Amino acid sequence: MGMSFQTVMSQVMLGLNNGVFYAILSLGLAVIFGLLNIVNFVHGALYMLGAYVALLGFNQLGPLLGRPDFHLNYWAALIVAPLVVGALGVLIEKTMLRRLRKFDHLYGLLLTFGLALIIQGVFTNYFNVSGDAYDGKPEVLSGVVDLGFMLFPRYRVWVIGISLVVCFGTWFVIERTKLGSYLRAGTENPELVKAFGINVPLMITLTYGFGVGLAAFAGVLAAPIYSVSPVMGSEMIITVFAVVVIGGMGSIMGSIVTGLLLGMVEGFTKVVYAPASGTVIFLIMVIVLLVKPAGLFGKEA
Amino acid sequence: MPEATPPEMLRISGLHAFYGESHILHGIDLVVGEGELVTLLGRNGAGRTTILKSIIGLVGSRTGSIQVRGVETIAMPTHKIAHLGLGYCPEERGIFSSLTVQENLMLPVAVGPGGLSVAEIFEMFPNLLERRGSMGTRLSGGEQQMLAMARILRTGASLLLLDEITEGLAPVIVQTLRQLMGQLKQRGFTIILVEQNFHFAADLADRHYVIDRGTIAEMITREQLPASTEKLNHYLGV
Repeated sequence: MGMSFQTVMSQVMLGLNNGVFYAILSLGLAVIFGLLNIVNFVHGALYMLGAYVALLGFNQLGPLLGRPDFHLNYWAALIVAPLVVGALGVLIEKTMLRRLRKFDHLYGLLLTFGLALIIQGVFTNYFNVSGDAYDGKPEVLSGVVDLGFMLFPRYRVWVIGISLVVCFGTWFVIERTKLGSYLRAGTENPELVKAFGINVPLMITLTYGFGVGLAAFAGVLAAPIYSVSPVMGSEMIITVFAVVVIGGMGSIMGSIVTGLLLGMVEGFTKVVYAPASGTVIFLIMVIVLLVKPAGLFGKEA
Repeated sequence: MPEATPPEMLRISGLHAFYGESHILHGIDLVVGEGELVTLLGRNGAGRTTILKSIIGLVGSRTGSIQVRGVETIAMPTHKIAHLGLGYCPEERGIFSSLTVQENLMLPVAVGPGGLSVAEIFEMFPNLLERRGSMGTRLSGGEQQMLAMARILRTGASLLLLDEITEGLAPVIVQTLRQLMGQLKQRGFTIILVEQNFHFAADLADRHYVIDRGTIAEMITREQLPASTEKLNHYLGV
């Protein structure tokens, strides 16, 4: 087979680029599932929303404020979008998810699935389904970087780098700090944590806000690479759920590592047999479910 | 009863507690004075654990009145009740497996003044010092029980709710726990102890409440205890 080192590496790098999105999104799902016991189906829609905050902030916010030359720049969007979406998440948790806590997980899943359909529907109504290009990519992130074995777009290097920092930073906070110990304890036994004087309901609200904030952050990172469209989230989230199933629901490090690896596997498959690249993750999911149903990093019940 | 009644730490009146459809407690009335050690005795399922859980706010729903130092807590969320100075040690010990010994120890937030310092804790429980880097559930049953006790002594809690702390432990550890109870009583802690039988705390307890089918069947003072053993054995099904 004519597989040059360069072809393989370039696809693996592009795969890693997809992998970091899987990692950030499945990490958010894992954190939310751990503490709230909710499969957050609205995650993809909120990822899309993050990208739209960047897009609309860049080309609509100025005219709306009567200052046509104002653009919410990319760096600001990286902060603003997670805050906006995080605040929306807080609202969703406080007004809706909180009421479902007494019931079966299934209701949370149905509610968030419904929310995803509503948000996506509203955006499909007002925006171009085929997508809009985001023009706010900063000048410093344009061009290519010579990695030695290949030339790689500088923006994608940045996305991989910052995503790894965010993922492992989140892992560090959860696994190695006092704040994280509350979260881990709350994941194990929220009732007892309450009895120790900790405001668990507030912790749950903020955790949800943080989890969906991560999705919005990924959305902003995605905006200059993929076109910003109302369906970008639903396309992404199906793969991300497969990643979560493979990694094992609720494991922080598991979700990060699985996301990165599967992105690379997908990239590698493009070289070997391109038509299978869209399905290879689902094939792995089936095998994992048969062999180790709790997932690669999941704890057996 | 002692002649000079100490100030009230806890007053429960007309307490009913429910888990979903099942009605567990049927009108509990009890009073615990500051510095007292009181036991709740009874068979499994009598409602002793539910009384403790009602005090800290971990039952499905509860009605009636529970006052901690005169503050009504029946409508308070659990984490606020804890801040009135309560420390809870659950029956299953509740050591978090994803936290180290040190993290388990530091988890509960301060709920009152005068908690034991970490140094004092490690002096009291030297085993925990050696094992503070291990994950919580790697400890032996006895060590887990010590940790469950230690972490609520750190918080400055003055009312301790202890659920079957001797269950399943070796006699030597039970002995250590009895000494610990004595020390805590001397330091002025108020303690409510759920036990299967009265032997563990016979010398230490000021009073024993016998719980039967969700009500208080009997209240026995330390003085009445020797004369009441037969009656107790009947209730406890020994």
